[in-house]
Amino acid sequence: MSSEKNNLKNSSYTDSSYETIIGLETHVELATNTKMFCGCALSFGAEPNSKTCPVCLGMPGTLPVINKRAVEFAVKIAIALHCKINSYSIFHRKNYFYPDMPKNYQISQYDYPLGSSGYLDVNMGDYTRRIGITRVHMEEDTGKLIHTGSSGRISESDSSIVDFNRAGTPLIEIVTEPDIKSPAEAKEYLVALRTLLLYLDVSDCSMEQGSLRCDANISIKKAGSQGMGVKTEIKNLNSFRFLQRGLEYEEQRQAALIENGEKVMQQTRHYDHITDSTKALRSKEEAHDYRYFPDPDLVPVFMDDDMVEGIKSSIPELPSAKIERYKSGFGLPEADSRFLASDKNTAAYFESCAALCKKDRLKSVSNWIIGDFTALLNKASISISSAKIKPSGLCSLIDMIESGKISIRSAKSVFEEMFNSGKEPQEIVKGKDMEQISDGSVLEKIIDDVINKNPSVVEQYKSGKEKAIGFLIGQVMAATKGKANPALVNEILIKRLKLNP
Amino acid sequence: MRLNFLPAYELKNMLQKREISSEDIASQCLKATERLQGKLNAYIYFDKEHMLSQARAADAYLKEICGSFNKKDGKYFDFTGIPVAVKDNICTKDIKTTCASKILSDYVPVYDATVIQRLKSQKYVLSGKLNMDEFAMGSSNENSAFGPVKNPWDTERVPGGSSGGPAAAVAAGLVPCSLGSDTGGSIRQPASLCGVVGLKPTYGLVSRYGLVAFASSLDQIGPITRNVTDSANLLSAICGWDEYDSTSINGGLHDYCQFLYDNIKGLKIGVPQELMSGGVDAAIKESVNGVLKLAESMGAVVEMTSLPSFEYALSVYYIIAPSEASSNLSRFDGVRYGYRNRDATSLRSMYRSTRAEGFGPEVKRRIMIGTYCLSSGYYDAYYEKAQRVRTLIINDFKKAFGKYDVLISPSSPTTAFKIGEKSDDPLSMYMSDICTIPVNLAGLPAISIPSGLSENNLPIGVQIIADTLREDLIFKTAYSLEKAINFNKLPVHLYEQ
Repeated sequence: MSSEKNNLKNSSYTDSSYETIIGLETHVELATNTKMFCGCALSFGAEPNSKTCPVCLGMPGTLPVINKRAVEFAVKIAIALHCKINSYSIFHRKNYFYPDMPKNYQISQYDYPLGSSGYLDVNMGDYTRRIGITRVHMEEDTGKLIHTGSSGRISESDSSIVDFNRAGTPLIEIVTEPDIKSPAEAKEYLVALRTLLLYLDVSDCSMEQGSLRCDANISIKKAGSQGMGVKTEIKNLNSFRFLQRGLEYEEQRQAALIENGEKVMQQTRHYDHITDSTKALRSKEEAHDYRYFPDPDLVPVFMDDDMVEGIKSSIPELPSAKIERYKSGFGLPEADSRFLASDKNTAAYFESCAALCKKDRLKSVSNWIIGDFTALLNKASISISSAKIKPSGLCSLIDMIESGKISIRSAKSVFEEMFNSGKEPQEIVKGKDMEQISDGSVLEKIIDDVINKNPSVVEQYKSGKEKAIGFLIGQVMAATKGKANPALVNEILIKRLKLNP
Repeated sequence: MRLNFLPAYELKNMLQKREISSEDIASQCLKATERLQGKLNAYIYFDKEHMLSQARAADAYLKEICGSFNKKDGKYFDFTGIPVAVKDNICTKDIKTTCASKILSDYVPVYDATVIQRLKSQKYVLSGKLNMDEFAMGSSNENSAFGPVKNPWDTERVPGGSSGGPAAAVAAGLVPCSLGSDTGGSIRQPASLCGVVGLKPTYGLVSRYGLVAFASSLDQIGPITRNVTDSANLLSAICGWDEYDSTSINGGLHDYCQFLYDNIKGLKIGVPQELMSGGVDAAIKESVNGVLKLAESMGAVVEMTSLPSFEYALSVYYIIAPSEASSNLSRFDGVRYGYRNRDATSLRSMYRSTRAEGFGPEVKRRIMIGTYCLSSGYYDAYYEKAQRVRTLIINDFKKAFGKYDVLISPSSPTTAFKIGEKSDDPLSMYMSDICTIPVNLAGLPAISIPSGLSENNLPIGVQIIADTLREDLIFKTAYSLEKAINFNKLPVHLYEQ
């Protein structure tokens, strides 16, 4: 496997010689209270088969009933993706045999999905890619199989056991147009989609736990050529990184085949992150015929304008609107605005600060959040919403800096202590004697003392080596344990040095 | 007095007056069943002790409410203490529900069907589970893993199907009434062949929750009884909206008894000529014509009419029903419940051998037809087209009900045929349902009531069809005609050894 991979690294895929076309299918588990078609609670990690009932176990005679809340969540998603909400949509049965499916058919949507023809704009730094959304539809999740034996595959295991807790969990499938031009764009699309879904508060979007899952279709063709190349479908891309890596591998693999005069086969392939490569699962000929037909146990979902408007009004301000508002309303740079809006909790934190701070201090707030705050949060791996520093604390700290009460340098250590203890900055500063010395008469004495103690440095300065002043400032800062107001020190020093020839 | 031959409504009156006990009824039903089970094979399951203990519980309840007439909650229900037998595709908690299939031969549901819950709330007595065609697929009750049911009028002959057990048990006096299910005529055709009353309600009037699905868009549970009054009462007991069935209708009536009056003056009756054609036995046409004459004499207006799309009904049905069945029956795979071939060494071979051994030939035939009709490349030509023609049939009915209050036709083109007579010829077997199938495709209510006996002493049935949710017209017409026909015959010779 690794030798194949090395060969591929030498293949001739370059950005200019080939064009890549990618489409993504993303599955999102909705965080509703109950399952899609029965009253069972959703759960992750509960005792196997404890969250089941005759309906989600597919017992003979049972019937599905649509979860209204799941439909509302789905409509929310479709609206946020600028989709047309179809006034009439129906559920189909997707028929195939597999032991994780209690009924041996999955209730899904087919030619009448809930939403269609939308888009998502994805920022790529120097350009924006508008990625078309073909459809947003509802379906139910399957159970989970666990196979004994080391391979983890059903065909080689001695026995398999199944947990139906997940069976019937509401799923949304979001299908893009083949508008994605690179693995990097694919990754950014998924990041943007995840951000959007978290804003909508409809899913935990945990790729690790499988509540956000992504399959990709990819084909390449010679740059400028007509038509489309043969596509492969890549499965098991269960992190942002694996999505990008898997697609990069596949670009290389397809290019190598074309370069060698071989044909790309239409296949479903499995990405293995250990070998960082893809492996064929099944060919087009082996593909299922799902025998879709409308589920006669369910009635159509009718969506009138009032219902759509009602759901629309429950959608919060979304990242794209926030970015615009931060730029034009708060005067923040594009990069700051994007960073702050990229996470719902960060944006909420920032906006709490904005309500407390003067507008001209918002850039400082932004700097603190993007810089020290994020670094500390990452280190502690916690979310900003559970941080001990409250927006009022951060604003007070910035006030103290701006009014010269505390130096930036001290502020950094105060901030760290605020982060760890949750104390107010005033309290920390008082307790530690950290208040900045901005009293000229106090500083003058110290400065004179430093000048007297360092005649040779003073001499260098006077002879034109202006950089020497840095050493003297350092000495003053050391003497005041960093509390001296550096700007004032600088000002007084220059005055003194000029006065004392 | 043979209590097992009395109508349920009379038993109810006698229970109220405390002339008899529920245990008396149960004992006589059990006696009849023990005597005739070997001859008729109507039951798949019955348990003497279980039945008697339910009857005693009902008696205790009756005793308790007897002294509490002034209390608001002291209520006699129509089926308190009354035995009802249930077709074995309706789920009964803790009691085997086999669908007459090997694949479910040991299956015990963990929940009650909605209709069972409703009868339980009246403190009814479950007499047992009745034989049927496997998964309700058949018109003769010969497709049962538990052997065929015999017609009580002539045990050489079939009782009809798929509710052969429910019709035979009621006709033979094993039980006053039963619940069947009707997908293409499975209540009305056997009722007709056994000389009893069988009602298929409007689609959605009775919850399907707990009815093991054959063809979801067609299936409907309904009563099989010896008279129209019991039919109305049993429907009242089981009908109504159910939050567990998305296709159940919100807003049906709950007391159909009020429509049992003897007056059809001015009633406009249409007779579809397509159902009185060459395919129907002359004796049956004659019997139906006799009923129509009676109706005219009672002041009804009778006219021949045409519903041209009926010609396609059988073809449409044998695409839609198997298509839905192929999907509905895919859950029987040996993974979670039911029969499993334990010698299979891989998943595929387990699926294959479990289903090959678990399903009977007719069920397999329909699964294959349905799988084919839904396959990519064939869907448009079969399933999709069938749905379009189904709409034509619905439209023909709509037109007819613009002109007529009810339509009257034979319930079955023949009287009971000999066991084995049609079992090698599925097409001629499928023809047994030509009179009943259009009604299911349109989701309409229809009843079959006995109209007489043929020369060789076999029952003939007449079908009354009404528009959606017009069970009121069905009961009014059926009640009036029942009185006028005065059939009043039972196969009592069965008891004469």
